[in-house]
Amino acid sequence: MKRETLIWTMLLAFGAVFLLLRAVATERGVGRQYVVAREIAGLFDETAGKIVEVDPKTITVDDSRYHRMQRATQYVEALHGDTSAVFSLSRTIGIWLAALLTLCIFSYMYRDNVCYKLAEALIVGVSAGYAMVVAFWDVLIAKFLVRLTPNVARYAFVPDTPTGNDTEWLYLVPLILGVLVFARWLPKGKWLARWPLAFVVGTTAGLKLISFLDADFISQIRSTILPLVVFATDQGGARVFDWKQSLENIVLVAGVLTSLTYFYFSVEHTGVVGRISRLGVWVLMITFGASFALTVMSRITLLTMRLEFLFQDWLGIVGG
Amino acid sequence: MLDFLNTLDRRWVFLAMGLAVAIPILLGIGATEQPTAQTQRMFDYIEALPAGSRVLMALDYDPSSEAELTPMAYSFTRHCCLKRHKLYFLTLWPSGPPMLDKTISKVVLGEFDSSGRPMKYGEDYLNLGYFPGEFGAVNPICSNLRQSKSQDSKGISLDALPMMNGVNGGKDMQLIVNVSGGYPGAKEWVQYGSTPHNIPMGAGCTGVQATQLFPYHPDQLVGLVAAIRGAAEYEAILAKAYPQYNELRWRDGTRRMGAQQWAHRLMIGLILLGNAIHIASRRGRGRR
Repeated sequence: MKRETLIWTMLLAFGAVFLLLRAVATERGVGRQYVVAREIAGLFDETAGKIVEVDPKTITVDDSRYHRMQRATQYVEALHGDTSAVFSLSRTIGIWLAALLTLCIFSYMYRDNVCYKLAEALIVGVSAGYAMVVAFWDVLIAKFLVRLTPNVARYAFVPDTPTGNDTEWLYLVPLILGVLVFARWLPKGKWLARWPLAFVVGTTAGLKLISFLDADFISQIRSTILPLVVFATDQGGARVFDWKQSLENIVLVAGVLTSLTYFYFSVEHTGVVGRISRLGVWVLMITFGASFALTVMSRITLLTMRLEFLFQDWLGIVGG
Repeated sequence: MLDFLNTLDRRWVFLAMGLAVAIPILLGIGATEQPTAQTQRMFDYIEALPAGSRVLMALDYDPSSEAELTPMAYSFTRHCCLKRHKLYFLTLWPSGPPMLDKTISKVVLGEFDSSGRPMKYGEDYLNLGYFPGEFGAVNPICSNLRQSKSQDSKGISLDALPMMNGVNGGKDMQLIVNVSGGYPGAKEWVQYGSTPHNIPMGAGCTGVQATQLFPYHPDQLVGLVAAIRGAAEYEAILAKAYPQYNELRWRDGTRRMGAQQWAHRLMIGLILLGNAIHIASRRGRGRR
């Protein structure tokens, strides 16, 4: 047997034995989910889309709400030690599926394998399907059908579409532009597909330019114009030199100026300019270092959450 | 020994990192953080808003950044509910609606429904759902929200909801809170929303985005909660002000920082070891 195959077999065998022991020897089992059935009675609140509980004893036959009272069974997650809890198969399958897919993704750290590929393909497929459904309801229905044919939208898709809404003909423009995108498949009409793209490129460039000038250019220059010597007022009302704030402002202004010098190519980077530019490189390197460290922090947090899920929700070895 | 370390299989490093993260979780080791100025300012701003202020809660993230951002989304929502602010939830991400539902069911309904002062849908909080259009959706949301959407996430007309009386968009809000997982996110809200419309805004973001957003604080962002550390800081400030949230079960960020600290220690050790091996190898080659 190859060394790798041996390691895999041993890992899987250990895992299987551990799961079997936990499933048999512990009260909670592995990934078993329990729910508690709660009988609720109340009035249906259309705004909230749920039954708002009302004590039936407080409503008499004469009360107008009496005939509108509804009853339903609600299943909520059971607390540890709840004797009325019942086993939930659907929730248990969900937990097991999530745990196995997490392990499939983790297996890539050993090396690429079929389990990883399966989980990867699954997430791509599910994401694409989800995005299509969201786009259908939130763009095609909510943006076009409700605006262009409000009556059809109300009867067929969105019952709460307000009555008396006029057709907004302006929405024909994005609809036509959207349809033109598909013209690229017409042998003689490929050029028509360039119009919507030109519209998107033009409006995006315009919008980005304006917002950049306001939020990133003017506002950022304004934020950099700072006093290099700062005085603060102490508790007695006397003016004292605030060295902390002064140092902070000096570092900020110097950092901006030296970094800008590095990107200023109209002057040769020699002598004083070269030294300032070199300092600018150091400032940039510190920024990249901070950015990289924060990215590492993000990735470790992802690992922490998945391990929490495995230990808590699936294996039940932490968190009661 | 040097040859062994030089050719060490990287999978041993993965295993060491796995253990550095797993052991603190198994032992329940958390880590309380000292709040930084930008996190403290975010808390102070929400705390100082008068009760009943309108807060636009834009949760622009999906499950891939849930680990970092859910703790801060819960903390912001919890804080706003405690202050009885009116919350307008929305997202610019197509995969964001489940994050809105989760935050609402866990915090707004789960924690405050049984508190004696429940938050009522349409009066205290509202789920506006997903707004398509990426960065292009921000300006219409701030200037005239009804132009983009006439119904909430359940299909109820906005005109039928008491919270929408006299509200045209973001410019009628006292604060925009954005929890940002990438693009579109906090940067786009600053560029197309808060700066042009002059609306106060605070943000929580992933570590990856933090360095891009620091320049906006404090002039264009009233506060910035960066990465899981920021979330832990916010939880610590909230627990100090509202001691009922002091237990670790309310503080996902604090719990995750315990594992984070041990992972960082391991990483610093590995960087030092790697450099020491490199220097020793170079000296060895020089002698030969």
